[in-house]
Amino acid sequence: MRLTDLKRKERARIVELTGGHGFRRNLETMGVREGKVVEMLTRHPVGGPVVIRIDNLTITIGRGMAMRVMVQRL
Amino acid sequence: MKVLLVGNPNVGKSVVFSRLTGVDVIASNYPGTTVEFTKGSMRIGKETFELIDTPGAYSLEPRSKAEEVTARMVKEGDIVINVIDATNLERNLYLTSELLERGVPVIVALNMWDDAQHLGIEIDIEKLEEILGVPVVPTVAVTGEGIKELVSRIRDARSPKIHKHTHDERWADIGKIIEQVQVVKHRHRTIWERFTDATIRPVTGIPFALLIIYFTFQIVRFIGEGLIGYVFEPIFELYKPFVMELSRFLGPGILHDILIGRLIEGEIEYMESMGLLTTGLFVPFGAVLPYIIAFYFILSILEDSGYLPRLATLMDNVFHRLGMHGHGIVPVFLGIGCNVPGALATRTLETRKQRFIAATLMAIAVPCMAQIAMIFGILGIHGMEYIYLVFITLATVYFLGGILMNRFVKGECPEIFLEVPPYRRPNLETLLKKTFLRVRWFLMEAIPWLFLGIFLVNILYTIGFLDLMGGIFAPLMETWLGLPREAVVVLLVGFLRKDLAVGMLLPLGMSPSQLVIAAVILTIYFPCAATFATLVRELGVKDMIKSTLIMIGTALIVGGILRIILLGF
Repeated sequence: MRLTDLKRKERARIVELTGGHGFRRNLETMGVREGKVVEMLTRHPVGGPVVIRIDNLTITIGRGMAMRVMVQRL
Repeated sequence: MKVLLVGNPNVGKSVVFSRLTGVDVIASNYPGTTVEFTKGSMRIGKETFELIDTPGAYSLEPRSKAEEVTARMVKEGDIVINVIDATNLERNLYLTSELLERGVPVIVALNMWDDAQHLGIEIDIEKLEEILGVPVVPTVAVTGEGIKELVSRIRDARSPKIHKHTHDERWADIGKIIEQVQVVKHRHRTIWERFTDATIRPVTGIPFALLIIYFTFQIVRFIGEGLIGYVFEPIFELYKPFVMELSRFLGPGILHDILIGRLIEGEIEYMESMGLLTTGLFVPFGAVLPYIIAFYFILSILEDSGYLPRLATLMDNVFHRLGMHGHGIVPVFLGIGCNVPGALATRTLETRKQRFIAATLMAIAVPCMAQIAMIFGILGIHGMEYIYLVFITLATVYFLGGILMNRFVKGECPEIFLEVPPYRRPNLETLLKKTFLRVRWFLMEAIPWLFLGIFLVNILYTIGFLDLMGGIFAPLMETWLGLPREAVVVLLVGFLRKDLAVGMLLPLGMSPSQLVIAAVILTIYFPCAATFATLVRELGVKDMIKSTLIMIGTALIVGGILRIILLGF
């Protein structure tokens, strides 16, 4: 499933970042990587961004980017 | 010797910087939003080091213009102090690993050490030192803890020989390091953390944001008016007899016109006399400075508390439709202080299209605090509704302009992707220092232009140039915009300083509706000289020409529409 499919407070493990090298590197240097556990903090409506937590990081990601992050619900 | 401070954004680099340099800081660029670097000096023993605070970067392979600056500077440093957030060791080590590969001597400041302990994160520092092969010093920059040790060990900075890593190897290595040095105890989220989450959710966050913005402006007004009423006005009242005396001493003549200006009914009118020692001092100090101080103090609180990234997240939906993303709110906020740092802040946006839209919209529709203060000064007496009219018009222009430019400007609009740091209580000392630096910067930037403006106006009046201009532009001003022809002089002065220009509207005897039109046009038509120079540097000549055409076109269209609505045909 996609990161954007998670509901608020749900947790999941990132299994794949589907995109080119630049896209992956961009996410990874910020701390969004395969194997990491994410918690959905909030999803903004009408195509707005999602806010997630990984370890002690809180990160805002645009909807389009978040759709390309594949996760497995925990 | 050049010592560089390098680290991710929001790791407290700037606080470490001010701890290391003390008070003597040369802000080579606009302080606070370090899109360029800040320079200072630091003494160790008998030696003086040059200390440079670089913009926050996640990686040395740059993603934005701000990160490019950092990547470039690392090549020139003799020693790098790598500031790391101890609560996010893993992510921060990526940049560390890149730095070590560059072969520059590195010392690590493991900052926010206290926060890490509160969060139940244990880090084995000796082990970390051993693995990295460079000194690691735990610090708490806000309290100053560990700074002494950091200074005493700067000379131990090392550049261990390490081989080139690929991106994936680097993460694998970091994974191994984390396993060996870090233990995280599980814990539940506190009530405070739950509250902070609420401020980023739309349902609760948007009302909260509106409250914050409302209070921001109320507090700025309160502080600004307080400073004027109790400090600046009394000072200028005390000062008046001296200038009157000087006026009598000088007698009529060109020198009197330049220094004192015209007397109105035998008296000096600070807003209207147009002399260097009267209007030239009153506009920056008496009318504008109080609001500048108030605004920068509040802005510094918003920045240091970590609220702006939350605001950016909440505003993302709107700004995305304007061709930017949520971070576009930052140039707006800074632009309200002064358009120059606002223009610099557009660098944090990733693509040319986004920067073009953000810069053009800011130059068009965001009046600076100096101008806002003067608009309140000339329109406030006629009623708040006129002031609202000015701001509602400008906001409408901002949004419509953004929607149109998003459609017609070519280029990519990447989505928002940013880290939201935890809330931190701003440190009063840092706040005051930041406010002071910015206010000083403002005065040094503004006063030369103001004096030049007043000087030129007097000269050009004397030689009759301004009457000539009035005649040439009469059809445009009178027929199209519904303003007296003399208002063209105000637009000319607006090239130099907008606050002075707004003040010059006063003696023209216009109706409140005409003042609204003039204030709106004065904001839109062209940026002041300082902003213009900055925009040329940021956008390049070609894009700046396009941007300028948009500004002038918008001014004519909006001016014409307002004229029809407010004054009729």
